[in-house]
Amino acid sequence: MKDFEYIQPETVEAATAALATKENADWATAKARVFGGGQDLLGEMKTGLEEPSALVNVKWIQGLGGVTQADGGNLKFGATTKLRALEGLFSSGAFQVLSEAAKTIGSPQIRTQATLAGNLCQRPRCLYYRRPEAKCLKKGGDECFAYGGYNKFNAILGGGPSYIVHPSDMGPALMALDAQIEISDSKGTTEMALDDFFTLPSDGDVTRENVLRPDQVVISLRTGLDTPSEWRSTYLKFQERDGFDFALSAVALSLRVQNGAITDARIVLGGVAPRPWRCREAEQLLLGSMEAASLAKRGAAAADAALLGAEPLEHNAYKVPLTKGLLQRALRQLTA
Amino acid sequence: MLAMSTPISLELSINDDRVRASVPAHWTLLELLRYELGLTGTKQGCDKGDCGACTVLIDGKPQLSCLILAANAEGKKVQTIEGLQPAHRKAGGVGLDPVQDAFDRCGALQCGFCQSGMMLSARALLNENPTPDRTEIRQALSGNLCRCTGYTQIVQAVELAIAESTGAEPESPSWSDGNPWKSTTSLSGKNGGDA
Repeated sequence: MKDFEYIQPETVEAATAALATKENADWATAKARVFGGGQDLLGEMKTGLEEPSALVNVKWIQGLGGVTQADGGNLKFGATTKLRALEGLFSSGAFQVLSEAAKTIGSPQIRTQATLAGNLCQRPRCLYYRRPEAKCLKKGGDECFAYGGYNKFNAILGGGPSYIVHPSDMGPALMALDAQIEISDSKGTTEMALDDFFTLPSDGDVTRENVLRPDQVVISLRTGLDTPSEWRSTYLKFQERDGFDFALSAVALSLRVQNGAITDARIVLGGVAPRPWRCREAEQLLLGSMEAASLAKRGAAAADAALLGAEPLEHNAYKVPLTKGLLQRALRQLTA
Repeated sequence: MLAMSTPISLELSINDDRVRASVPAHWTLLELLRYELGLTGTKQGCDKGDCGACTVLIDGKPQLSCLILAANAEGKKVQTIEGLQPAHRKAGGVGLDPVQDAFDRCGALQCGFCQSGMMLSARALLNENPTPDRTEIRQALSGNLCRCTGYTQIVQAVELAIAESTGAEPESPSWSDGNPWKSTTSLSGKNGGDA
């Protein structure tokens, strides 16, 4: 790993001030990186994918970690909240999806150190992206090697020109709770829907997966459900091995149940698209009675709708039936 | 090229020793342990968070010393494999830490490279939950890769340590005709059965 300047501010203001250089306004020229748990960034630095000249450690800033109450029964999670802390927090109800997702991430060692914001901002695991010698689209090259290469783990939805999948588990889980993300820079703080935070390769900057600039710091994530007490949620992730792996496909599902009927739903897929993939049309198909036969039929229709636009590559067509199955299983579990 | 950054001065506790060190900013805790302090029981495997060989306990929780900057360990309480037996004795125990003893008696290693990380993950699990079931054991050890054993004896070793700590009859291991644990104490280190 190359040497760098290590900066440890005590406040968000000091952190954003340290990041507010001219070159840091743009990823192409940025030299400083926000440093949290470092479980992805340090790995990238060791393989030479990242060579920052300064790390701004935000982990010791007071008040940037932990869980607090937000409006209307919602919750606010500090950016540096450890994944390990989320694991055991919720065993039922609206926020269950968060603990279930957190439990599936990395290994116990990684979850102890890894932060919530870091999980959202981690870089892709695409085999070509992670190979320093492969100058792919993500790294300023002009080709996505996965497209015509080995693409078992790549995108079936939303791909092109890059076919990475977003590796985050907390992203789909938080989006299933209508989460808002709070971001600061030296000029102030803004909040946006997490749905608007993530980007597709075709949206603009193909080298990034979200709209965060290098001079910005994620401050918190806030759930935004209307009446959380009426919601229930779950996260199902399919991995090649049972632990310590990224998703081949994952489903974050949340349902609002009122008077025995599903009145609102969120379906967000992980591991299949370059960003957490919300399925709005499929969500509408889930609304209605909780009667098993009708629900099974609607679940199957929703699964078909969710994968309608899927365009598998040579080695990843398996993700289509896998994801359909996961979605229907998640629905059965949540309505059993 | 940039000049070297200012070295970072830090103070931390390693195996209950107060340690002061001055390290370059880009040094990991693993590098501090192995190359500055000579604590080579902590292994440098993949050095990028895949294998778990570098696992140490920080404030009692297993973490990867290869993915933690030394500077980030400031003020922390670090336990390495070298500190496992001393900590056991300090707490009034005799002999080896029961996890170490069980690993030894079960032959839960071949090359041994994963073992220090594996045993620290197991120790952290048992400190938090003295009677985990097999699924919980496997989950707790999921971040420690072993390329030799196939994990069977490793899980059995943890189960043996649990059984002996609770006074329960240890389960007969799959590889033995009789039950080698039946008439042993945790200190004998000998197979007492008819295997």
